[in-house]
Amino acid sequence: MKNSIRILIWLVVAVLGALALGTIALHRGEEINAMWLVVAAFSAYALGYRFYSKFISAKVLALDAQRATPAERLEDGRDFVPTNKWVLFGHHFAAIAGPGPLVGPVLAAQFGYLPGTLWILIGAVFGGCVQDFVILLFSVRRDGKSLTEMARDEIGIVGGFVAYTAVISIIVILLGVASLVVVNALKASPWGVFTIAMTIPIALLMGLYLRRLRPGKVLEVSALGFILVMLAIWGGQYVSQTPAVAPWFTLTAPALAIIIIIYGFAASALPVWLLLAPRDYLSTFVKLGTIGLLALGIIALRPTLHMPALTRFVDGSGPIFAGKVFPFAFITIACGAISGFHALISSGTTPKLIRRETETRLVGYGAMMAESMVAIMATIAACVLQPGTYFAINSPAGIVGQAPEAAVATISGWGFPVTAATMHSLAQAVGEQSLFNRTGGAPAFAVGMAHIFSSSLGGQAVMALWYHFAIMFEALFILTVLDAGTRVGRFMVQDALSHVWKPLGRTGWYPSILATSALIVAAWGSFLWQGVKDPLGGINSLWPLFGICNQLLAIVALCVATTIIIKMGKAKYSPVTLVALGWLVAVTFTASWHKIFDPNPRIGFLAHARQLASSAAPSHEISRLIFNDRLDAAVAGALVCMVALILLESISLWVSVISGRMQARVREAPFVATRFAAEEQG
Amino acid sequence: MTQLRQIAATIVATLREIFDESAYSRFLARHEVSSSSGAYAAFLREQETSKARRPKCC
Repeated sequence: MKNSIRILIWLVVAVLGALALGTIALHRGEEINAMWLVVAAFSAYALGYRFYSKFISAKVLALDAQRATPAERLEDGRDFVPTNKWVLFGHHFAAIAGPGPLVGPVLAAQFGYLPGTLWILIGAVFGGCVQDFVILLFSVRRDGKSLTEMARDEIGIVGGFVAYTAVISIIVILLGVASLVVVNALKASPWGVFTIAMTIPIALLMGLYLRRLRPGKVLEVSALGFILVMLAIWGGQYVSQTPAVAPWFTLTAPALAIIIIIYGFAASALPVWLLLAPRDYLSTFVKLGTIGLLALGIIALRPTLHMPALTRFVDGSGPIFAGKVFPFAFITIACGAISGFHALISSGTTPKLIRRETETRLVGYGAMMAESMVAIMATIAACVLQPGTYFAINSPAGIVGQAPEAAVATISGWGFPVTAATMHSLAQAVGEQSLFNRTGGAPAFAVGMAHIFSSSLGGQAVMALWYHFAIMFEALFILTVLDAGTRVGRFMVQDALSHVWKPLGRTGWYPSILATSALIVAAWGSFLWQGVKDPLGGINSLWPLFGICNQLLAIVALCVATTIIIKMGKAKYSPVTLVALGWLVAVTFTASWHKIFDPNPRIGFLAHARQLASSAAPSHEISRLIFNDRLDAAVAGALVCMVALILLESISLWVSVISGRMQARVREAPFVATRFAAEEQG
Repeated sequence: MTQLRQIAATIVATLREIFDESAYSRFLARHEVSSSSGAYAAFLREQETSKARRPKCC
């Protein structure tokens, strides 16, 4: 009887999911409610978790409830600590959820809501969740080894080197692109700049409070910090309205870029407790609260999506970024569907905290589902905007024109009516001078989020507060990634340089700290500067480059996973990772080819360089743009070649193992029985 | 009611883990010292490298 009820419940979930997906996919010419996306997502995740992840656990990975994890065997109360599965789920989710699942889906909404939604759901259930889950389990079985160590041990030296290079590259490009998103969100916005500027003294104050007044009371000080940030948001409107003060905080994009570069260097060189740690706490506090609030807002308001299922821009002529829906939708949305960066976290802190091997399913597969849900919410936030408004905010001046009249004429000409008056009143409602050409995704997400929040809480009167709350939330999020990323990159460079000269690897030696910080900041700062100086707004060329990098890292992770599965003697189950790997190879290699060689100057770096060389009078600025294009092409080409190498090395290994020419040897830690199983039974 | 209390306790434990309060408690237990400005400074020194090495996803 119980079984029949269970089967009936799952049948209802499956039918509901099919109905919701059918509605999303088949409705044309009329608007749909956002709840269809929510229902489709919940059904897909529920089915994926209950059936697919269970199949992987049982058949492919053979999770062993009797096997002790490194958290138990190597427990030291510091790095290795057996942790409750729900606590670890929250911890892992807080580490993997960043600005990516918010920005990517907003940018990809230029194709309509359908491609992004389908990719987020299918990509997560069959790709991202699987990658995070298997890499976590394989790291757990290898004493918490990192992805680069596993690549070296299981595939070979080339694998280790490529993984290391891909990680450094992705960190550098990610930081450049993420800081560009902040610059685009804050340029000419005194309210936003004031709020974000205030988070620095607030974080310093929190650091001192924690160190001197109430040691260790992080939750308490984060709540206090949050109240201070709220006051800064509220006070920002008066700053923006006061003619004597507003100009101090009204900054151009290049000025903001310089400030962020200086900030990145300082954050990397200062002690962790002073700025990085309190800012991280504050950002996490705001992040978890806002994601929860946004979910409640969507469920309470049940907004209508004004964006069509598919727009004309699937043909590759999109104003936000050029390129057809395949492959560009799939590299624009990385986090939220599948993100190689997650493999670093699944093989970083989390495997050292897992209490039971069987809990890797909830933590690895489950937390990625939650991240994917955040991406669905971002899609909804972008698509509740009128399409004309969405394109007016996100399109660069180089495409639609600098003047409002020119921009609305171009956008209306595409079939998405919008007027200068509408945009002006929207800008006034959110407390900005203008919302035209605010590329990068963050402002559009903030307007969508403010629309959802103000409709369900406070009405139009507080729209400006919600908008600046959303901008603050994203900028704080991104600046935290910038702090942490610069430091992680610095440590990686120090590790590498220590092989050349030992003292350079000393993390407490200031000459080395300053030199390596400068190296990393200069690397991402050059990408940021390039994006700021690009007449197309930078996002057009840099976001795809970041997406390619991230997905190439996912290829490395899936190569490692497939290799281990085959070495375990389970080649027949290798399609579990092989299908996602094949798809990502097709996507990233095609996208890279287009980004390097496409004859359309809006897509291909080299074609753009040729166009600049032939059509403009030579100048320092033009030479720099041409150099940037060639540099981007070289970076994309080098990364693809390296990943092709690891792919070939992996394939050769698979063939050798399957054909019996090589004896497979997995490098797992020896089996030790867990004490937790007996404790639970007793 | 018991279930609600359990859920609330799990949420608090999760937040304490995310915000490193549990790590600090473990540090105090490991070194058998009570909370103080000096103990927290020592905890932060120990954490300096590990926390700063933790990547945050995009």
